[in-house]
Amino acid sequence: MHWNSVGEFFAMGGYALYVWGSFGACVLLMVVEPLLAKRRLNEVRQSLRRERLADELDHQSGTS
Amino acid sequence: MGDHGRFKGCIGVSQSLIQWFRYASPQSFYPLAGRMIPWFWAAAAVFGVAGLWISFFVAPTDAQQGEGYRIIFVHVPASWMSMFIYLVMAFWAALGLALNTRVSGMMAQALAPTGALMAALSLWTGAFWGKPMWGAWWVWDARLTSELILFFLYLGFMALQAAIDDPRRADKAGAILALVGVVNIPIIYFSVKWWNTLHQGSTINLTKAPSMAQTMLWGMLLMALAFWMYSIAVALTRVRAIILERERHTEWVKHALE
Amino acid sequence: MKALLATVRRDILLALRRKSEVLTAVFFFVIVTSLFPLGIGPEPVLLKKIAPGILWVAALLSTLLGLPRLFAADHLDGTLEQMALSPSPLGLLVAGKIVAHWLLCGLPLVLLAPVLGLQFDLDASALGILTLALLLGTPLLSLIGAIGAALTLGVRGGGVLLALLVLPLYIPALIFGAGAVEAHIAGLDVGGHLSLLAAMLALAAFFAPWATTAALRVALE
Repeated sequence: MHWNSVGEFFAMGGYALYVWGSFGACVLLMVVEPLLAKRRLNEVRQSLRRERLADELDHQSGTS
Repeated sequence: MGDHGRFKGCIGVSQSLIQWFRYASPQSFYPLAGRMIPWFWAAAAVFGVAGLWISFFVAPTDAQQGEGYRIIFVHVPASWMSMFIYLVMAFWAALGLALNTRVSGMMAQALAPTGALMAALSLWTGAFWGKPMWGAWWVWDARLTSELILFFLYLGFMALQAAIDDPRRADKAGAILALVGVVNIPIIYFSVKWWNTLHQGSTINLTKAPSMAQTMLWGMLLMALAFWMYSIAVALTRVRAIILERERHTEWVKHALE
Repeated sequence: MKALLATVRRDILLALRRKSEVLTAVFFFVIVTSLFPLGIGPEPVLLKKIAPGILWVAALLSTLLGLPRLFAADHLDGTLEQMALSPSPLGLLVAGKIVAHWLLCGLPLVLLAPVLGLQFDLDASALGILTLALLLGTPLLSLIGAIGAALTLGVRGGGVLLALLVLPLYIPALIFGAGAVEAHIAGLDVGGHLSLLAAMLALAAFFAPWATTAALRVALE
């Protein structure tokens, strides 16, 4: 461990903007991308569920 | 007796082959992908934490580049993955063309956005590395330029697939484009390198950091593994969405949603 | 072979009946190259330095202009489907169409380039290298472009998409083509550039018609 303080760690020897800019962009995009993929999956599932529900309702009103 | 044993062995092999081909159908791949995703997330988290620990707390300060060199711990894995994902994408595309399996095309389609993201990250971090080291956000360095072109190739692939409505045609057209791209990538890389040396590019190289310590290599390797597991997890999530979108009118999809 | 020549003849005849399409691409080439000195300034030293790049980029763009029409007309009137069903292999007919495209869109650029090079104060030997490089490079552009034209056939937003697909693949041709002229101006040997261009041309001549045919079959399905 070669950091003497938390402040020194965040200062990154004067390269704070560049190091945190790079790591920050990676973390940000690698959080956003899975969320978007997950949302796409959930949206399809939602619409499929709704479709099935509509089918079932159709069915019920048809038989009764 | 010996013949009998061999016969049995044959059956065993063909049965395991059939087992594998079973997963080539969307119906059985969908739940399989669902079961695998958490494991890849866990692996990505473990490798990521270990990689970040090494890149910030174990790897020593570089003699020439100070702390700024720590950017390579995300830059190099992102560049590796952007190239690797294109190869994997082309592999799935070729498989889809050759065997006419539906999941292959969906896999290729699911991988492209992640590959483009990796290329974008590689460019972004390359710029953030270049500013303090070369004094400019963008330098026409051979690696950065090739990465930019790779990014364009991903965009072209995604745009082509998005423009074609019929998914089967989109898969096949995308597959041909991916294969053409794979043949061209080495040519492009070589030509950009040649161009760069002729025009006297920069002398500092991003990956050939002087005195690359063993710990730095480990950090890079662990981060690359984390990026790899991440890419698989995201691509599998996306491929599940694509499977449901395309198969929405089939009977099995109705039962797949409990 | 006969089928190939017949296709070339047919495409050229068709294009000559609608001259404006060919002429548009050629005029585009002339206008774009003439715009650069107006935008940058008439300083001969600078113009000479940027001439190879400008002429080559303009050549890439004007080749691109003719590409969407390579298969579109035949696709619309059903000729392409007839070609796919005809006894002669589709690959040969496609090769014929690519040759015709080069003769109509590539060759005029090669012939015009020395004249336009004069605008940029290039000397006679540099003009010769430029012409030679374009002679090797423009068929390469037609071959690669044909793959993109086949992939985007009948697709919405085809023209812009075609540019997005094809331009990155044109980069090696641009580098070696413009590089040859630059190297010559700098007094270096140009053999390497030209032989690499020729090697890429040979590779593309072998693979591109094949890939184009595959893409056309996908589009016709």
